[in-house]
Amino acid sequence: MNATWSRFNITSIVLGFAFLYLPIVLLIVFSFNESKLVTVWGGFSTKWYVSLFHNQGLMDATWVTARVGVISATVATVLGTLAAITLTRYTRFRGRLLFSGMVFAPLVMPEVITGLSLLLLFVAVGLDRGFFTVTLAHITFTMCFVAVVVQSRLVSFDRSLEEAAMDLGAPPVKTFFQITLPVILPAIISGWMLAFTLSLDDLVIASFTSGPGATTLPMKIYSQVRLGVTPEINAACTILIAVVAVGVIIASIANKRREIQRQLDEQAAQRG
Amino acid sequence: MTNIAATAAPSAKTAAALPTRVVKGFVDRLVIIIPYLWLLFFFLVPFIIVFKISLSQTAISMPPYTPVLDFKDGVSGFFAGFRALNFDNYTWLTQDALYFNAYVTSLIIAGISTILTLIVGYPIAYGMARAPATIRPTLLMLVILPFWTSFLIRVYAWIGILKPEGLLNQVLLATGLISQPLVILNTYTAIFIGIVYSYLPFMVLPLYSSLEKMDYSLIEAAQDLGCPQTGAFWKITFPLSLPGVVAGCLLVFIPAVGEFVIPDLLGGSQTLMIGKTLWNEFFSNRDWPVSSAVAVILLLVLTIPIMFFQQAQAKAQEQGR
Repeated sequence: MNATWSRFNITSIVLGFAFLYLPIVLLIVFSFNESKLVTVWGGFSTKWYVSLFHNQGLMDATWVTARVGVISATVATVLGTLAAITLTRYTRFRGRLLFSGMVFAPLVMPEVITGLSLLLLFVAVGLDRGFFTVTLAHITFTMCFVAVVVQSRLVSFDRSLEEAAMDLGAPPVKTFFQITLPVILPAIISGWMLAFTLSLDDLVIASFTSGPGATTLPMKIYSQVRLGVTPEINAACTILIAVVAVGVIIASIANKRREIQRQLDEQAAQRG
Repeated sequence: MTNIAATAAPSAKTAAALPTRVVKGFVDRLVIIIPYLWLLFFFLVPFIIVFKISLSQTAISMPPYTPVLDFKDGVSGFFAGFRALNFDNYTWLTQDALYFNAYVTSLIIAGISTILTLIVGYPIAYGMARAPATIRPTLLMLVILPFWTSFLIRVYAWIGILKPEGLLNQVLLATGLISQPLVILNTYTAIFIGIVYSYLPFMVLPLYSSLEKMDYSLIEAAQDLGCPQTGAFWKITFPLSLPGVVAGCLLVFIPAVGEFVIPDLLGGSQTLMIGKTLWNEFFSNRDWPVSSAVAVILLLVLTIPIMFFQQAQAKAQEQGR
C-alpha cells in the first residue's frame, strides 16, 4: 500500500495541514509584534505579555476558567465513564433508547440551544447564576464527550479478563477497580482532557449560564475582540495554546509509554 | 453480568456468591441511575422548560415572562392553564420574514459549508489513510491538535487574515494579483471559510476511520481489469467510505446550522443566521419567550438530522462490539 502513496496524496496532506496550522502560527507570530497594529510587523517584542499580566480583569477570568475547567472535567469524567459503562454493558433496561439519545444528542446540539435551555432551568429552580451554574452546565455537555471516548475503549475490552477475576473470587466492585479501570484508564484520562479543553473553550454556554463575578476567559476575550483586534488578545491566545499543547504532548507521551509497557507485559505473560 | 457471576460460581460457593450478587445488583442500578438522572434533569427537563416558556408572554419583570402551566395551581389549574396558552410567539415567528429568512439562510449556509468541508477534507483523509502505517498516528495527532485549541481563538485568527488591511490582502496586493483589497470579512464568504476551517477535523476523522479500514486490493483488482483510476474511485472507494461521509457531514452540518461565534465574528452585522438571531433576541431584546420559540423551531428543524446521527452512532457501537 505504501507504494501507492502518490504525489497527489502528499500534496493534499501538506496543503490541508497548512490550512489548519497557518492561522494559528500567524496568530502566535503577531503576539510578539512591537506594533499595535496586529497585521503590520514592527519588530520583536514581548511587551503585550507584560501588559497582559497587568490586566486584572483578564487574570481574574483566567482563574475562574481554570477552576470551572478542573471541577467540571472531573465530575464529567466520573459521570461520563458511568454512562459509557451503561451503554456498553447494559444492553437491556427500560429507557435505554432515551438514554443513548441523551448521550449522543448533546454532541451535535447547537450550543445556543443547550445554553438557553440550561439557563431557563436554572431560573426555573431559582439558582443564582454564577460560578456554580457554569460548572453544572459544563459538566452536562462535556460528560457526553467523555462517554463517547471511554465507550470506544470499553467496546474493544476483553471481557474474559473480568470473568477470570470473578471466577477467582474477586467481588465485582474490586474487579472493576483492579482489572477494568486500569485498562480503560488511558481513555478516561483523554476523556478528562477533552472535557477540560471543551470547558476552557466554551463561550456560548458560559455566556448564557454565567452571572456577575463569574466571567470566564472566552467571555472576556470575546468582549475584547468585539472592540477590536489587539496584540494583547493574541498574547492571551498564545498562552492558552501553549498550555493546551504542553498538556496534550505530556499526555500522549505518557499514553505511549503505558502502551509500550502494556505490550511488554502481555508478551511476558504469553511467554510465561 | 449477574448471570456470569452466578453460572461461574460452583455450587459449593453459592452461599458466598449470594451477598455478592445483591451488592452487584445494587451497583448495577447505581451505575445506570446516576448518569441517567443527571441527563434527565440537565438535558431533557430544560427542553421541556424551553417549550413551556415559548408558550408564555413577554413581561417586564425578572424573569421576563409570565409563567404558564404552573403546578402550583394544582391539577385543575394546570389543565385550565392549557386554555391560557399563548401561541403568539410562534405566530410572530411565521409572520416576521426575518426569522423565516434566518432559518433558511442558516440551512443553506450550513449545507454549502458541509459540502465544502467534504471537498476539502476528503483528499486529506484519503492521503492519511494511504500514508505509510508508521507515520499515520502522527498525522492523526496533527489533525486532532487544532481541535484542542480554542474555537474562539481559531475564529479570531481569521479576522487578522481576512480584514481589508489583513494578511491575505497584503500578500495579494504585494504579488500584484489584485489592485484593490478584497472585501471578505463581514460577508458570507468569511462564514464559509470559518466553518470549513473550524469543523474540518470533524469531517476528516470519520472519513479517515472508514477509509483506513478499506481493502485497497479491491482497487488494484479494478485497475487490473482495466478500470480507470477515477472510475475506480467513484465505483469502489467512495461508496465504501459512505458511512464516514455521512457521519462527517452530520457532525459538521448540525452544529453549523445553529452556529453563533463564526457568523458573529466573521459575518458581521449584515449576515443572517439563526444562532445569532436567537442570541440577539435573548441578550439584546431580552425577549425570552421569543428566543425560546426560536430554539424550539430550530430543534424541530434539526430533529431529523440528529436522529440520523444517533442511529449512525448506535450502529457504529454495534459494529465495534
